[in-house]
Amino acid sequence: MATATLTTAHSQPLGRVSTGEPVLVRYALIAITFTFLGLFLLLPLAVVFVEAFREGIRAYFASFNDRAAWSAIKLTLLAAGIAVPLNLVFGLAASWSIAKFEFPGKSLLISLIDLPFAISPVISGLIYVLVFGMQGWLGPTLDALGIKVIFAVPGIVLATIFVTFPFIARELIPLMQEQGTDEEQAALSLGASGWQTFWRVTLPNIRWALLYGVILANARAMGEFGAVAVVSGSIRGKTNTLPLHIEILYNEYHTVAAFAVASLLALLALVTLAAKTAVEWRVHRQQVASLEPTSAEENPS
Amino acid sequence: MRTSKKPSRPRSVLPGFGLTMGYTLVYLALIVLIPLAALFLRTATASWSHIWRTITDPQVVAAYKLTFGASLIAALVNLVFGFIVAWTLVRYRFPGRQLIDALVDLPFALPTAVSGIALTAIYAENGWLGQYLYPLGIQTAFSPLGITIALIFIGLPFVVRTLQPALEELEGEAEEAAASLGASRWQAFWRVIVPALLPAILTGFALSFARAIGEYGSVVFISGNMPMKTEITSLLIIKKLEQYDYAGATAIAVVMLLASFAILLSINLLQWYTGRAAVKGV
Repeated sequence: MATATLTTAHSQPLGRVSTGEPVLVRYALIAITFTFLGLFLLLPLAVVFVEAFREGIRAYFASFNDRAAWSAIKLTLLAAGIAVPLNLVFGLAASWSIAKFEFPGKSLLISLIDLPFAISPVISGLIYVLVFGMQGWLGPTLDALGIKVIFAVPGIVLATIFVTFPFIARELIPLMQEQGTDEEQAALSLGASGWQTFWRVTLPNIRWALLYGVILANARAMGEFGAVAVVSGSIRGKTNTLPLHIEILYNEYHTVAAFAVASLLALLALVTLAAKTAVEWRVHRQQVASLEPTSAEENPS
Repeated sequence: MRTSKKPSRPRSVLPGFGLTMGYTLVYLALIVLIPLAALFLRTATASWSHIWRTITDPQVVAAYKLTFGASLIAALVNLVFGFIVAWTLVRYRFPGRQLIDALVDLPFALPTAVSGIALTAIYAENGWLGQYLYPLGIQTAFSPLGITIALIFIGLPFVVRTLQPALEELEGEAEEAAASLGASRWQAFWRVIVPALLPAILTGFALSFARAIGEYGSVVFISGNMPMKTEITSLLIIKKLEQYDYAGATAIAVVMLLASFAILLSINLLQWYTGRAAVKGV
């Protein structure tokens, strides 16, 4: 009975010593995993949807029938719509120069690109306040020109760019380093231009990793809270993204509305996880497929 | 034209080094390096007595203690349960395993404001679990315990995702040798498996800890934000900003930033050290 549903991952060849745990220990560990993840992952997810529909489906949809909610949706889409493409272009440029060429200081550059991951959300917002705020470096000058960055949309976009900065580059750099430059050199020697080589050779080779990076960057861009909270000033209907809108609704005791908007973002998180898993599965299959036949072809000697 | 203009340094036949490297450096400087420099320059130009008074203020010190203490406990809890989760996912096959595996990344994907209000709805006095915990005298929301719960939530994937590949790479041979030499499973675990996984264990712990120190969104709702009691440092930075005390906010931020840099540096040193040990064949 037990072995039908529960076997160790490492199939043991005959004649070897068993290194598996007793069945009871195995069951206990699996039970702990289910309980812990159920309590810490599944329960919060379930709460979002249950609380959102607590007063019925009409109250749920009424939460979106509101100008502030719509402008929050629009601003969220705008911030992600600017941040993700900009970081996509940066990711491609950075990975091309880092992975395809040799130069001193490369590992330092990679560490600097990863830097935004090490900086807490609130500090990520703070640094832009220090540059563009009224007490900041450029604040007074920009104010004289009538340009508002902090407590306005540009600040939100900048903070979003910062927190999603490394996502795409860090997916592409190791992959492109691994792929080397052989295929590009072949294309160039056959007369392709630099652009043609990039579009026809490099891009198809990295498309899944690129998509993976975009999915992760987009999720973070739409869900960022701390950094955006610092630079937004939360002017209702003007500088609210969806996460900030949730905070306002929640603090004003519009609990159902807060969870209704939250359910939208929770749905986005689930779609992100599904897409991420699908891409991982795809990449895994590609790797397995490319390992088998080409490794024999590539080493003829 | 193209070859004659090419700088002599990168000797590669591929084009575009100057363009892409130039773009990379300019974008990096504009978005990351210059704003970050503003933080440190602002500290350098502020009066030291004001900085010192800010970071030694009892309210700030209480926030540091709470933030580091709760983050440490959360990272330790994640270490134990994250290990069990990673172990189960890598070594056992059971129904629902792949679904659970995908779900582990939920704290990465779920916006922190959403997890914040969800956790509060669970652990508040009239919440899903709070209504059973409060009669037992366990105050979860608006207490350090609630903050720790939120930090466990956001730190979990770091431990699991660091341990999983290390567990997959772990060769079964050493375990088999230990077993054939008469070691019990428990002995093999502590003497063979744990030492081999130690770099991954420490890295996962440090990543989870570093993330918890800077966390804001998932904590502010459940913490209640009572000064001296449940106020985390990220929130204090925002409070200082709201009072237009930029120097104070910057001083607290620099202390936090240096702490997380120190943690990440120690991870890198550790990986460098264990990498060298592996090369030497230890």
